[in-house]
Amino acid sequence: MDNEIRVGRAPARHVDDGQSLLVVDDLKTHFEVAAGSVRAVDGVSFSLARGRTLGVVGESGSGKTVLSRSIMGLNTTSNATTTGSVRYAGDEMIGKSSKQKKALWGTEMAMVFQDPMTSLNPVVTIGRQLTEHVRYHLDMGRKEANEVAIALLKSVNIPEAENRLGNYPHQMSGGMRQRVCIAIALACGPRMLFADEPTTALDVTVQHQILNLLAEQQRDRAMAMILVTHDLGVVAGRTDEIMVMYAGRVVEKAPTVDLFAHLRHPYTQGLLWSIPKITEAKHTRLIAIPGRPPNLIDPPPGCKFSPRCAYAQDLCRTEEPVLRSIESPDHTFACHFPVGTPEGEAAFAANVESEHPPAMAAIGKLRATEEVVGA
Amino acid sequence: MAGSGRAHLRPADEVMLQVSDLVVEFPVGKGRTVKAVSGISFDVAKGETLGLVGESGCGKSTTGKAILQLPVPTGGSVVLEGDDLVTLGSKTMRTRRTRLQMIFQDPISSLNPRRMIGEIVAEPLNVWGPKDKDEQWNIVARILDQVGIDPGPARYKRPHEFSGGQCQRISIARALVTGPELIICDEPVSALDVSIQAQILNLLEDLKAEYGLTLVFIAHDLAVVKNISDRVAVMYLGKMCEISEADELYATPAHPYTELLLGSCPVPDPTIDVSSTRVIEGELPSPISPPSGCRFRTRCPFATEICVAEEPMMRRVGVDHFVACHHPLIEPWPDGAVAEAAVRIAPTPDTDAPIV
Repeated sequence: MDNEIRVGRAPARHVDDGQSLLVVDDLKTHFEVAAGSVRAVDGVSFSLARGRTLGVVGESGSGKTVLSRSIMGLNTTSNATTTGSVRYAGDEMIGKSSKQKKALWGTEMAMVFQDPMTSLNPVVTIGRQLTEHVRYHLDMGRKEANEVAIALLKSVNIPEAENRLGNYPHQMSGGMRQRVCIAIALACGPRMLFADEPTTALDVTVQHQILNLLAEQQRDRAMAMILVTHDLGVVAGRTDEIMVMYAGRVVEKAPTVDLFAHLRHPYTQGLLWSIPKITEAKHTRLIAIPGRPPNLIDPPPGCKFSPRCAYAQDLCRTEEPVLRSIESPDHTFACHFPVGTPEGEAAFAANVESEHPPAMAAIGKLRATEEVVGA
Repeated sequence: MAGSGRAHLRPADEVMLQVSDLVVEFPVGKGRTVKAVSGISFDVAKGETLGLVGESGCGKSTTGKAILQLPVPTGGSVVLEGDDLVTLGSKTMRTRRTRLQMIFQDPISSLNPRRMIGEIVAEPLNVWGPKDKDEQWNIVARILDQVGIDPGPARYKRPHEFSGGQCQRISIARALVTGPELIICDEPVSALDVSIQAQILNLLEDLKAEYGLTLVFIAHDLAVVKNISDRVAVMYLGKMCEISEADELYATPAHPYTELLLGSCPVPDPTIDVSSTRVIEGELPSPISPPSGCRFRTRCPFATEICVAEEPMMRRVGVDHFVACHHPLIEPWPDGAVAEAAVRIAPTPDTDAPIV
């Protein structure tokens, strides 16, 4: 473990080597509320090269949405403070005025939001919502902009695009609306696309269509993409790298194939185990992660996942692990007792021995009613 | 199916709930109607879980609600242990409601935000249970404990103080408090994270075993449905496509629509090339003027002229596996057609025909 990369408390400097489009270094976003400071994103560092796709995975409340909003500079509420560094194409984003950011939104970076029902304006036609962007940034006339809008709608596979410009969002299905949202995001040819749970509100069939569309557009336009989701199944075949977040921190990050083949963090394992698999027989008992994500105002001491972790030992409850790697330097994780290592196996066996509830859950011996323990 | 037929129904004395030729239509003005459910039939045996899958707009939620007579269906019958709920008067129906309960999709909005958990879960008892508050609380506390909510602290809390998963546990407690036999679960886990989803699915399985419940589980996620169901019915645009024992349906789908649905399912394995799988192209047609013949024909890769002209009927392709398709992916049993004809003339005991 001599090639240990420390990112947790003592962040490594992510140097812009010219290859990376986006370099995020020790990004923190905290929200001040009456009860204290919510550490929604708490020291995240990564870099993303042009044309690559990064999947960000975690449960609700793990900070994945706030992370993408912080990178774009969309957290504008007065109680939010963002610190750290976000360098986009060598340019520091933190501290930019809203006018400077406005010049980048749409043309350089764009976002597709989770809920296509609410992210479009219900009283403005699709055509106007599509052309607003192009007319503002590219200074186009109405006629020219309409042509661009039609071409965009065609590129996202909307039939009869010409007749759709006068439609209002309520006249379209959810999948259609998400296509329109994607077309809006792509209108000015951004180099960086954030897709924040783009398919969570949609059906499996439409989800498949939308994910294929995103992949196709990304390839054609050589965009970098950050795909945020809570479902490891969604990112499995569609990303180059995956970053798993828990309680505002990165707990594991690896190239996609490597992550699925040799996952190291018990949380990643828990997420993967809890997915019902279509190849398993009916009534296969799911291995749920007991409990729920911690309160981000007053998180547990040590490793924040320890109350729900099947591998947790006393060390985990006192000392927070930092990101490190064992085999490949690309695969980092923050865990004292990683999955698939002798120390991890020993910790798990000891927990099963002492009937530690999360370990009992992992071997399928915890009743569903007891799964709310801890946290 | 997008077809009709009742060849797949089991004898009425073997099942708890039998829905036949259910039709639900909603007027939308100018004499037009939304044909949400157009003549579907299925049955559920006691202690069984039937999964109902399909895309948004296929009528699966409407079907679930029609079982509860919310609203009363336009046509067809819903027979629960010998009583046809459609023809029961509203007074008699009210007495039956304790045996039927529903769990809704959005756990947070299905609980009244201004009431305390103790009151929310006890509400059904105000109508059908003991009126004494202490007695009510004893029942409520026991059920809350059983769904994994600590009753003491929860009693005076309101829904916003709980997470989505906990709210769904509270909804389940509310559904269980009258001691129902049949619970309609309308997408109970689709608003939840995968980790919490697994907890709720495990909980439903445990409760089902403990209380001997019968479930109708509505969802659009095929993997979730397979995990919890004994039998699975696939719906498309108000019609039934395929109904089968769960493992068999997933191993050997007989309807082209089922096969395409299975292909759309995200698999947590990066070695599978997702771009090579077939996708269902296009959108669901309007339920106001659905396609003639087989309703799936506009998006079906195998559609031919017969699919335009004639609606497919349910045919047997396995021991407990039926499909309504002119070009099924599995060869139908040779006696399938005979059995289908026999149903229309006179039900015979060996055809699984309904005795209505």
